[in-house]
Parts: sequence; C-alpha cells; structure tokens
Amino acid sequence: MRDPLAKKVVDIKPSGIRKFFDIVSEMKDAISLGVGEPDFDTPWHIRDEGIYALEKGKTFYTSNAGLKELREEIAAYLKRTQDIMYDPVSEILVTVGGSEGIDVALRAMCDPGDEVLIPQPSYVSYEPCAVLTGAKPVIINLKPENEFRLTAQEIEEAVTEKTKILVLPFPNNPTGAIMEQSDLEAIREVIIKHDLYVISDEIYGELTYKGKHISIATLPGMQERTILINGFSKAYAMTGWRLGYACGPKNILAQMTKIHQFAIMCAPTTSQYAAIEAVKNGDPDIARMRDSYNMRRRFLLNAFKEMNIECFEPFGAFYVFPCIKEFGMTSEEFATRFLQEDKVAAVPGTAFGDSGEGYLRISYAYSLERLEEAMKRFAHFVEKLRAQKNA
Amino acid sequence: MEFREELLRIMEKNSRMNTKELAVLLGVSEEAAINELKALEDEGTICGYHTMVNWDNVSTEKVTALIEVKVTPQRGQGFDNIAERIYNYPEVESVYLMAGGYDLMVILEGKTLKEVSGFVTEKLSALETVTGTATHFILKKYKDHGTILGKKKEDTREIVTP
Repeated sequence: MRDPLAKKVVDIKPSGIRKFFDIVSEMKDAISLGVGEPDFDTPWHIRDEGIYALEKGKTFYTSNAGLKELREEIAAYLKRTQDIMYDPVSEILVTVGGSEGIDVALRAMCDPGDEVLIPQPSYVSYEPCAVLTGAKPVIINLKPENEFRLTAQEIEEAVTEKTKILVLPFPNNPTGAIMEQSDLEAIREVIIKHDLYVISDEIYGELTYKGKHISIATLPGMQERTILINGFSKAYAMTGWRLGYACGPKNILAQMTKIHQFAIMCAPTTSQYAAIEAVKNGDPDIARMRDSYNMRRRFLLNAFKEMNIECFEPFGAFYVFPCIKEFGMTSEEFATRFLQEDKVAAVPGTAFGDSGEGYLRISYAYSLERLEEAMKRFAHFVEKLRAQKNA
Repeated sequence: MEFREELLRIMEKNSRMNTKELAVLLGVSEEAAINELKALEDEGTICGYHTMVNWDNVSTEKVTALIEVKVTPQRGQGFDNIAERIYNYPEVESVYLMAGGYDLMVILEGKTLKEVSGFVTEKLSALETVTGTATHFILKKYKDHGTILGKKKEDTREIVTP
C-alpha cells in the first residue's frame, strides 16, 4: 500500500505541550500550573442564555458569518473598547474559537513561498497553520531584555522581499508580555514600509494589568492591513463553547468567510446565543475576574522575588514566565524533575518556541490556595537544587 | 477597583488573610495594609470577623426562623425604638427594616421549634406596638453569604493545555 499521509503534515512537529501532558497524566497526585484556560465557570447569566436557546429549540445552522445580532454586538463592543468601527455585515466573521480565525486568516492570505513572521515564545498554532498553507514561517526570537516585546529592529532584521504577514501575539501566551501604545507605534512604520499585513491575536485583550489593551488596528493606516482575532474564551471564561471572531478589511474577510463556509459551515449556534449575552452584559464579569487574576499575579511575582528567581513583571494574560537558567538545566529537564520530585506541573518554555529555553510558563488560572501550595513546593525544589549546586 | 474596596472584598471572603498576604495581593506595603485595616475597624466599616459554619453538618439541633413583624411606628422615633427592643434579645440574629407588606424582618436562631414559638408568642407579640407576626422556618440552606453550601467544587480541567 502507498503511504496515506501528506508529507507536510507528517513533518510538522507535535506540540511540546502534548508531550508534557503525557508525562503529567501519569502522575496522579501532581498539582498542575499548566492550564491555558480560566478557572472560573462561565458566568451564570451567559450559561442561562445558552440553556434558554436550547429550550427554545434554536438548534439550527446560523448564517455562515454568524448571527447578525452577535456580529452587531461585537461591532458595538469594539467601538466602545477600542473606538474602532467594523461593519457587522462584511467585516466580522464569527469563528470556532480564536484558533479557527488564525487558521482561516493564514489560509486566505498565504500563497506557497510567502513568508510569515512569527514572534516566539508564543501560542503553538501559528507555525503549523502557516506551514499547512505552504508558506514559510520565519521565527523572530523575542528577548527577555525587551520584556519579550516585539521591536521594529527585530522585524527589520527578519523581513525579506517575500515577507507578507506578521503575526502579533499580544497580550502574550506564554510570557504575559504586552505591547503598549509606544511599542505599537514603533513597529507600525516598519510594517507599512514593507507593506506587511498583520494578524493580531488579541484573545487575551481583556486581561491586562497596566492600562487598557490597545489594538494595533487603531493606529493610523493599520486597520486596512490588520486582521483582528479575538474571542470569548479568556475574557468570559468560555473556552469550551469554542467561539471567537475575526475582523478586518472586507476583501480579506470575504475570502476567509468562504473557507469557513466550506470547512465549518457556521460556529455552534448555542454558543452564539450565549455569546450575545456575554458581549452585551458581561463587562462586570470581566472586571471581577481581571481583579482576581491581578491579585494572583502579584502573589506569584512576590513569591518568585522571595525565592530570588528572576522574573520580569508581565502585564497581560494569566501567565508568569520565570527564568530558571541559573540551575543549568533545560526547561524540559527542570519541568520534568520538578514534576517528579515535588509533584508540580509547569510547562517548559520551549513548548512555545526555542526562545522559551530557560523559562517556565506558570499559569495563575488557579485559586490562591492552590498557588500558595505550588509556590511552597517551588521554594522547596529550588532550595534543594541550590544546595546540590553548592555541595 | 479602588484599594479600599478591593481590600474589603478580599476580607469579606477570607477574614483569615494575614496582613502580609493582604499587602502582596493588593500591591502595597504591609504597613499600608495594616493602617487601612485599622482605619476600617475604627470607623466601624469592618464590624467583625466571622466564620461561615454549615450547622447541618453538626449534630446540634438548630432552627432558624424568619419572622415578618408588623408594628405601629411611634411619634418622633419611627421604628428605631421598637427595633432596639427586639434586637437586644441575644437569640435574635438580625433585624431589618423593610419596605413592602410588613415592617421588620427578624431572623431568629433557636434550638427547637418550641423555643422559637415561645419567643414569638411570649416576647415579640407581647410588645405593645407589635400588631402582627408571621413566622417562617428555614428547611434547608442552599447558599449563604454568597457561599454555596455542601458542595466542594472540583477542578475538572485538563491538566495541561496550550
């Protein structure tokens, strides 16, 4: 028989997270700091709308781009939070999570040979999605001395004649880094100079702890070259509902909607009804959860400071990214030993790109009690390692 | 959220939080947290530190009654005087002045139904300004002070996700 598989698929490296997951699931009594989703339940009024939609028998397909009312509410949300206008009819597509938006945007815009700039450490799907389109991913390794922000110079150094797209993953998973107004202004010029398009993944946009998140699409001349990706998972604790959206110029959105139509048909109907309630009346929920994350963030930063572990202050998402280079181990060795010896699972930074080497991703989507216990174990592990080193 | 409000929200949920932890969570010095707590106590904004107990799990018998009380307000004193005469009884847990069909809501804790009914007939109804009462007994508490009783929530998320 001949090989049934496509070479470009087989050649994609499996996610480093998957590998670590397999190790962790063997350890029954371990506590985890490894999740990339909120610990809150979806607020009740949102779940209630989902239940109500089911009771009323709203169980049919919606239009391909999503319920009109939902798209209108998304447009209103972007107007009130970012002061940016999108036409709900032609410039907004409701997707199956932010992940589908990323995939469809890349597929709509990349021809084989095009180059896609991907800053890392970052979420695991950009690179494989780019590869599947036949494009060539070009990795930009973000630097700790810049607090893992992206600089104009880094783009300049990576750009070639073939560069077409820049993926902008901020607020960032796994580092927690954000891009502030001045950071965005600094890269805007290079983007325009080289005529690049931006796929801006703003799924953590509501979770910032130093002023409000700013979308690059709000900068002069940028809306026409930006696909803004966002969704309901992180802001409203709705990961399992699988609902996101993409906004951008009409001509690009039309092609993205075409792919979405053939591949997906429409995002889940129940989730769309629940999401209308979320985006209409969920602002207080976001504020409540954000305040809670912020306290945990301060708690972790203080814990690392007390342990004398180097860790820059992240202002976004729900991750801290401490540096473990002093122990002379790879991230994976450190994470594996930490798991085996003190029974805590934290994801090695390398799961998010080579430039995550020497770092761990610690999620604070956990209760304070859990974090306190985990930090006790971290301190114990670190003390042991330092004693071994000095012996 | 403002620092003061944030502090109150934390303490309302967990009054056992020590000042060092509190300071870390709020991003202030421990001294600032101590001073703010003291000020809130002194001005009577923080009125006490209690423990949420689910008495259903303890064998001690306990009955809670909500009593609607209709009274005739007194010239010059309104409801305050009669409310005071009621809340001074130690078995009275809470007293609220209400808008609507009755005037005072009295929450009473007793050991037995008999004890509660004794209080209503002998003490409460005997007050001259009380014109009527309606007593309701609590059969089961599902949620109290924002806390769902009985169930401990488990973390059912996958252990590691991107």
